[in-house]
Amino acid sequence: MSYLDCLLTAFVALRSNLMRSVLTALGIIIGVAAVIAMVAIGAGAEQRVQSVIQNLGTNLLIVVNGSRTSGGRRTGSGTKPSLTEGDALALTKEIEAVQYSGASVGGSGQVVAGNSNWFTVFRGVANDYLDARDWAVETGRGFTPAEQRSAAKVVILGKTVALNLFGDSDPIGQSVRVNRVPFVVAGVFRAKGQSPSGMDQDDVIMMPLSSAKKRVLGGRQVRGDLVGTITVKVRSTEEVADVEEQAKDLLRRRHKIRDGQPDDFYVRNLAEMLEARAESSRIMAILLASVAGVSLIVGGIGIMNIMLVSVTERTSEIGLRMALGARSRDVMAQFVIEAVSLSIIGGLIGVMLGVAGSLLLAHLGEWPMLIDTEAILMAVAFSAAVGIFFGYYPARKAAALDPIIALRHE
Amino acid sequence: MGAPIIETRGLGRDYVVGAQVVHALEGLTVSIDRGEFLAIMGPSGSGKSTCMQLLGCLDTPTAGAYLFDGEDVSLLDRDALAETRNRKIGFVFQSFNLLPRASALGNVELPLMYGRRDRRTRKEMAERALEAVGLGARIHHTPAQLSGGQMQRVAIARALVNDPLLILADEPTGALDSATGQEILALFHRLNGRGITIILVTHDAEVARAARRVLRFRDGHLVGDERIAPVADTAGASA
Repeated sequence: MSYLDCLLTAFVALRSNLMRSVLTALGIIIGVAAVIAMVAIGAGAEQRVQSVIQNLGTNLLIVVNGSRTSGGRRTGSGTKPSLTEGDALALTKEIEAVQYSGASVGGSGQVVAGNSNWFTVFRGVANDYLDARDWAVETGRGFTPAEQRSAAKVVILGKTVALNLFGDSDPIGQSVRVNRVPFVVAGVFRAKGQSPSGMDQDDVIMMPLSSAKKRVLGGRQVRGDLVGTITVKVRSTEEVADVEEQAKDLLRRRHKIRDGQPDDFYVRNLAEMLEARAESSRIMAILLASVAGVSLIVGGIGIMNIMLVSVTERTSEIGLRMALGARSRDVMAQFVIEAVSLSIIGGLIGVMLGVAGSLLLAHLGEWPMLIDTEAILMAVAFSAAVGIFFGYYPARKAAALDPIIALRHE
Repeated sequence: MGAPIIETRGLGRDYVVGAQVVHALEGLTVSIDRGEFLAIMGPSGSGKSTCMQLLGCLDTPTAGAYLFDGEDVSLLDRDALAETRNRKIGFVFQSFNLLPRASALGNVELPLMYGRRDRRTRKEMAERALEAVGLGARIHHTPAQLSGGQMQRVAIARALVNDPLLILADEPTGALDSATGQEILALFHRLNGRGITIILVTHDAEVARAARRVLRFRDGHLVGDERIAPVADTAGASA
């Protein structure tokens, strides 16, 4: 008996009991549809989380000054200035995987514009810093290299600051005073929103590094070419750990730290966040796999149940087929193919329902959906495997029937 | 006629029922030539069904030897028996045993499907067989659309389609009225005229009279083997 014959025979048998076939396939249909929808929702959520994390910069390293010990009292990180603008430049030049490495200094103070005022943080930054942190200018312009060199009195406002000082009116070209030093507003940043710790990232003013050091800040931070932090952007997340090691070596060499002596700086990264992300996708994957597995097994048991009933019901048909020359393997193939057809058709309908459901949900709930072709293929392959696995036992039972006993059965 | 189509020596079949051994058939030694028209008779429990199952290669004997078409059947395995049935034997049953969802054509094609013939050959052979039983006009009807006599004709076409050496009919007229039964028997006669060996299994003496040789069974033993005059048997029946 050819496969085509088997298939046609199976379809005739399935169609002759259409309601039963549909109900039997329903287990697989629901299982597969659920899997597809779950995977789509999961992948959508994953992507959303990933984009949020990407926004924070999983490929960032932040180098800060080390701590100082004065009279046995350690003063915390960033209190012993050692990082320089030269360090920042060296990092970009000597480590290939470093995309940007920008120095910055920071402080906080009262900002006044006309009769409004606002307390905020300000940062003096190299242009590389803005690139590393993905700060984009929404209106106006960024800092020119000349402004960076000449300590020009220009600032770019974060969205929150712009709103609080100027409301709806255009701040570009207006004058603001930062700690009583007058600056001209060159631009406004595009909003970045909250940081994961709940801080408003847009409540900030940026100015050229030299301007902050010479005109606004005082004290140790401003001496020579010392800077507060260096923000390093690495080409890819995978290279972050490597770059961290290379950066430490380079800075130790530049700071002439002997072996055995501690670093005079700290390198921080967002590895924890990466780990949390990996963990959450692992949990998601396990969850989805178990839901998929359970629902498909339940569907498969339904198929096995019905196939067993069907074998009993059709005992005399099996006897007849055997009398007419069907070999055991013909009977076996007939029932296995019937079970597999049920499960594959169920799987395909499930895929269609799952995809439709995901699209609907995405549309209604404005929830991002990623329909994963791999998941679809897996689900169909899995349902075929379920059909073979759960169809095998009933089919073997049918094939092992004795033709005379089967013929006598009414 | 050459070698006999069926030759048995001391053929027996035991069944184990619980702790008891039932001798359904014992010591059957018989020889049937090609082209014979033969009836197997006996009351129920006489062993005639067991005999038919053995002769039809549906079952294997527990004692004795059975040569079918010169081949020792007791040496064949399940699949080889299936192939022998498929190629050399046609079956006709009392309750027709047609597939209810398939057309007459589909039912007749069934043995060819297991004989792995290609689609077109199958259709041609099945059509020819249905024409031979006088159903050329109803090949697309399903069993539900056919009368009892027509259904049995479909079953005969199915038995016939693979050009068998032997047709085994188990109470072929048992579910039919006597007029239709006579038509079916006449059809068997026509097929026998084409050289096919026919064996009817029946408990009905009237039906057995259609044959030219009658084997009688009782309690698992062959108790009678008589030959009937080849001509005027229908006249004798109506007298």
